Amino acid sequence: MGTASVESVLEVNDLKTVFHTQDGTVHAVNGVSFALNAGELLAVVGESGSGKSVTMMSLLQLLPSPPADIVSGTVDFGGANLLELTPAEIRQFRGARIGFIFQDPMTSLNPVFTVGFQIMEPLREHMGMSKRAARDRAIELLELVGIPSASERLNDYPHQFSGGMRQRVMIAIALACDPQVLIADEPTTALDVTVQAQILELIRDLRQKLGMGIIWITHDLGVAAGIADRVIVMYGGFIVEHAPVDELFHNPRHPYTMALLHTLPGHDGGEASRLRSIGGQPPDLIQPPLSCPFAPRCAHAFERCGRENPPLRALRDAHDVACWWDTDKGEEWS
Amino acid sequence: MTTIAETGGDTAAGAPLVQVQDLEMYFPIYKGVLRRQVGSVRAVDGLSFDIRRGETLGLVGESGCGKSTCGRALLRLYEVTGGRITFEGRDIAELAGNALRDMRPRMQMIFQDPQACLNPRMTVGSIISEPLDEHHVATGEEKRQRVRELLEAVGMNPEFANRYPHEFSGGQRQRIGIARALALAPDFIVCDEPIAALDVSIQAQVVNLLQDLQEKLGLTYLFISHDLSMIRHIADRVAVMYLGKIVELAPVEELFNAPKHPYTKALLSAVPVPDPAVEAKRERIILTGDVPNPANPPAGCRFCTRCPDAIDRCSVEEPVWRNLGPAKGSNGTVEDHFVACHRVE
Repeated sequence: MGTASVESVLEVNDLKTVFHTQDGTVHAVNGVSFALNAGELLAVVGESGSGKSVTMMSLLQLLPSPPADIVSGTVDFGGANLLELTPAEIRQFRGARIGFIFQDPMTSLNPVFTVGFQIMEPLREHMGMSKRAARDRAIELLELVGIPSASERLNDYPHQFSGGMRQRVMIAIALACDPQVLIADEPTTALDVTVQAQILELIRDLRQKLGMGIIWITHDLGVAAGIADRVIVMYGGFIVEHAPVDELFHNPRHPYTMALLHTLPGHDGGEASRLRSIGGQPPDLIQPPLSCPFAPRCAHAFERCGRENPPLRALRDAHDVACWWDTDKGEEWS
Repeated sequence: MTTIAETGGDTAAGAPLVQVQDLEMYFPIYKGVLRRQVGSVRAVDGLSFDIRRGETLGLVGESGCGKSTCGRALLRLYEVTGGRITFEGRDIAELAGNALRDMRPRMQMIFQDPQACLNPRMTVGSIISEPLDEHHVATGEEKRQRVRELLEAVGMNPEFANRYPHEFSGGQRQRIGIARALALAPDFIVCDEPIAALDVSIQAQVVNLLQDLQEKLGLTYLFISHDLSMIRHIADRVAVMYLGKIVELAPVEELFNAPKHPYTKALLSAVPVPDPAVEAKRERIILTGDVPNPANPPAGCRFCTRCPDAIDRCSVEEPVWRNLGPAKGSNGTVEDHFVACHRVE
């Protein structure tokens, strides 16, 4: 297969997704390109409406169409373009080679089936396992994600589990068929901090054991700092910055990333009496994306920002920024 | 060394505005065809604390620990099961009817979900002026003027009074909720997770607004949140709740730098820090298991089922709420540090 120096398992190129609504066309994802390497954890951070979930749902054609419409792009996974597959073909990938964990474990598990049935379903469907083999594997999976007395709990229904335990079940289902890629959409947002800490610890542990590529969507910069190898920052349907985790937090280069890190209350003392806030509102996605989406709220914005959309350009090793302002030199990028 | 005079409040930080003593709030559980009461959920079970005039008391804890119930009970939005809530020397747990109604303008609430707490069929102007009508404070031109002032106070254009809530973003709706809470010029506001539903970049705007208003109007806040870093920023003192009890209460820096209760320690270590260098080498206390059912709490200390430091005594004897002595508070004041744990010296 590929000849790239680091082996990428998933490559997304120029993905554009829009929603056709009564009020007009919502430009949710505007030309997003990135690659996921084998065994790495890529965090995607951004606020609500920044397009992070829509991007990932588009990859697996999970969005109902209409209203969603994938206008352009390719998603290269194991030699196939996922966006061109028929519904029957993409079903061979979903849950089998690409696992998905959703935000709310309460609504993504079916309340009328036992947890055991829901874990065994992908095993029987994709791997053709017998009932007994699937059952053994399900017990193994529940033990892997740290659910005590797993064999008895297979017959329980989702409502008999707590929120953290339900999320563990979701992780077990996503891992059932040994996927090469795991997409986790805000998997800890609905959980309490001490339970979130348990789940993050579990993921750190599983990564070492299983070695799959993980895309982790979150709005919590602290979570991204704790588990990611690389971070993508999204705003208004664009990737505005992309860097290795240390680089992003210690040397952010996009004005939005910098402002976002400054709005957080200082974790080392909180001496400042006021928080620095980002003025204004997130962009209205009905407007066609012809200018920098952050320009109206940006401290460095100048005339070009309102006229032309900055492309994602490489600053240095694996650090890309989409901005007309060169933060290093303090002048317009040339 | 602690004396009764010290624990009794009236220290440099200001006299207590709200005093809570052994507050209990139980919700009955009914079962069977006859709907007999078979038990009760002890959402709030014996809380005692003071809130001083002009301070922000942070109340943290995980979902289901009773922090919202506590906030609502303080405002007498519930009939409390037991205990005393003294507001400026008057016990409002006992009040009823018009006497209670007369107290209402003094204490208000800001809700978590700015979408759900505003009536979509009312204009912003009528939402904000509804408390003024209810309490016959202002009418006609005076009322319209007051609404304009309030909108300006929360940083919104006074012309927005004729618009409807759906025309605004989450952050702006929360500002409308704040304007409504301010309409009757209250002394005390319970902020129940006011920023939980907002995006990070908008949270800072709302928190700054709340702090500006506190300074300008001399407000007292009970700030309920599960976001510990925001609590550290805004609060003067912090109370940590677990399963219906306050387990620790201390000045904010003391609590974050020298937590005493094992639950507080675990909670603080679970908060992700937005710095990969810190995250890579910090020590985490990962709690096992889940929060027990508040209808059937464990005997002894309520945290004993998950506590890494638990000893036999913890599951038998309930730890008493005791004062560890003075600690450094904000602005150089001296405040007390309270904890309920057998293992703390």
